[in-house]
Amino acid sequence: MTSIESVSDEPEAWFKFDREGGTLSLGGAWTIAESARLDRELGSLDLAGKGDVSIDASKISRLDSAGAWLVLRTRRALEAAGSKVGTFAVPDLYKPLFETLDQERPSEPHKLRIPTGLRGRLYKIGRATMHAYHQTISMLGYLGRVTVETGEAIASPGHKMRVAAMFHQVEETGINALPIVGLLAFLIGVVLAYQGADQLKRFGAEVFTINLLGVGVLREIGGLITAIIVAGRSGSAFTAQIGSMRVNEEIDAMQTMGLNTIDTLVLPRIIGLVIALPLLTFYSDIMGLIGGAVMCYFQLGITIPVFMRQLAEAVTVNTMLVGLIKAPVFALVIALVGCYEGFQVERNAASVGMLTTRSVVEGIFLVIVMDAAFSIMFSVLGI
Amino acid sequence: MAENKTEKKEKDVVIKVRGLVNGFGNKILHDHIDLDVYRGEVLGVVGGSGTGKSVLLRSIIGLIRPLEGEIEALGHSTLGDIESPEMRKLQMRWGVLFQEGALFSSQTVAENIQVPLREYTSMSQTLMDEIAEMKLTMVGLPPDAGDKFPSELSGGMKKRAGLARALSLDPELLFLDEPTAGLDPISANQFDELIKQLQKSLGLTVFLVTHDIDTLRAITDRIVVLVNKKLVIGTISELRKSDDPWIKDYFSGVRGRAALASEEA
Repeated sequence: MTSIESVSDEPEAWFKFDREGGTLSLGGAWTIAESARLDRELGSLDLAGKGDVSIDASKISRLDSAGAWLVLRTRRALEAAGSKVGTFAVPDLYKPLFETLDQERPSEPHKLRIPTGLRGRLYKIGRATMHAYHQTISMLGYLGRVTVETGEAIASPGHKMRVAAMFHQVEETGINALPIVGLLAFLIGVVLAYQGADQLKRFGAEVFTINLLGVGVLREIGGLITAIIVAGRSGSAFTAQIGSMRVNEEIDAMQTMGLNTIDTLVLPRIIGLVIALPLLTFYSDIMGLIGGAVMCYFQLGITIPVFMRQLAEAVTVNTMLVGLIKAPVFALVIALVGCYEGFQVERNAASVGMLTTRSVVEGIFLVIVMDAAFSIMFSVLGI
Repeated sequence: MAENKTEKKEKDVVIKVRGLVNGFGNKILHDHIDLDVYRGEVLGVVGGSGTGKSVLLRSIIGLIRPLEGEIEALGHSTLGDIESPEMRKLQMRWGVLFQEGALFSSQTVAENIQVPLREYTSMSQTLMDEIAEMKLTMVGLPPDAGDKFPSELSGGMKKRAGLARALSLDPELLFLDEPTAGLDPISANQFDELIKQLQKSLGLTVFLVTHDIDTLRAITDRIVVLVNKKLVIGTISELRKSDDPWIKDYFSGVRGRAALASEEA
């Protein structure tokens, strides 16, 4: 470990305090390299006592601001201890330094920003609660604004829909996501079939693996896994894109030119994703079933025609529709959170990263909450 | 003039650049340039956009490896690995203020100032707190600025805090990259004054990259102009007599004339 103390080759700093004679003489190199030692030694000095003290610092050979601070601090401590500092001799060379440092400082006590202990905990909980509350209100407000803007866009006949931007988003969020979504859905199908077969084999009910797979993938897993991947992939991209436009003042430029940011930036993303996500979910359902079929063939020896026949008995078109109907809602949630957090970015680079992370976490959280809400709703409706 | 030269020779050279070549791809920025910086002086570096002012600074402090040439600061070469122990010793003896302050965003201003102290000294926390507060006062920030995070400071305050951090180990050598860029004229003047005052009281050598002709007039002893990949070195009055079109334009353009006229008045 290199330290400034070990590399210094200055003459040693020293001080002598003569309480009786009332003199404090200092010499050597009073620099930052010596200041830790000097601080300890000066701290153990007994300064108490009455009478005049003269400080003779004229033998100091080198001085920097850390050293000068120690000298000044010792002088102040002497004065505080009841001594009167008469003469204060400093080499001419270092007079300006003492003048710079020896300014009257407004010595207001620092206010502690966060209280400690139990009060601090309560303070933090309260602050987080209020933050979550404001966040919810603000996001609902944002949803309202987007809804109104969308309504206006559809209602006004002369309105130019930004079709090119919208399909660009479909490509970005949908077509470009095909490989990753397909691979993951396939693997989930494999895993589900394997675990299902393993358990059901004990009851001799291996064939029902296909029922488990069909219902599981089509109703829940296919849509959920797709939405989670898209939240991580596209929700974060929305926040990062809009956020970096904010950092760059591009959003401000658009607004001053009279461009509606909801119309130009948010709507294409929301509509694009609402189109893309159900399609992706359908694709993911199919890939999941293929993964399961492959696993059934190798693990249980169920051939593809048998698999198809059993699947047709297990699920109906409605099973798939129940899964697919959730996708546009997930898409809306993901795109809305992504864009909303993008607009929350402040004008510094760190905030883009922070809000992108937050956008993904909130996106996935809300997707799962929505999925649970759908489950409850379907069970009440008896679907 | 002759006297002047012998006087310069006796001066202590703290930065020595010989035959420096810098460039990116096919573009050469510096073509075999030589430069001496003397102890205790304030050297200003100017030049048009893209002439490599910051690149010169960065290659001296070892952030950029030059294509050719020798660079010595405080008697040691700065061409080695920037994280090597030899460089560490050198880095304790200089302070660098980057354009935007480059404060660590996850730490408060006081913690920022204490980073070098914590790393390189065995000071007690109390002494480090005192020193951080002293440095804040030195650069003209209120004591409560120490508890703030960089994101809570204005541009000018960030630069002051960055300067306080650069000064925390009491360096001999101070590098400033466009210290007054982006500041309003009043803040810029205050910053110039501050650097001048600190330079005097701490006996610093200052290497200053700037665009600001007022700063040059106010605090520099000598000026280096980067023009046609070479350096032209001189005082303001010497440079005003230069025949080079860029230097002529720079010092006799509207801004230049106004700044220099105020000096003559």
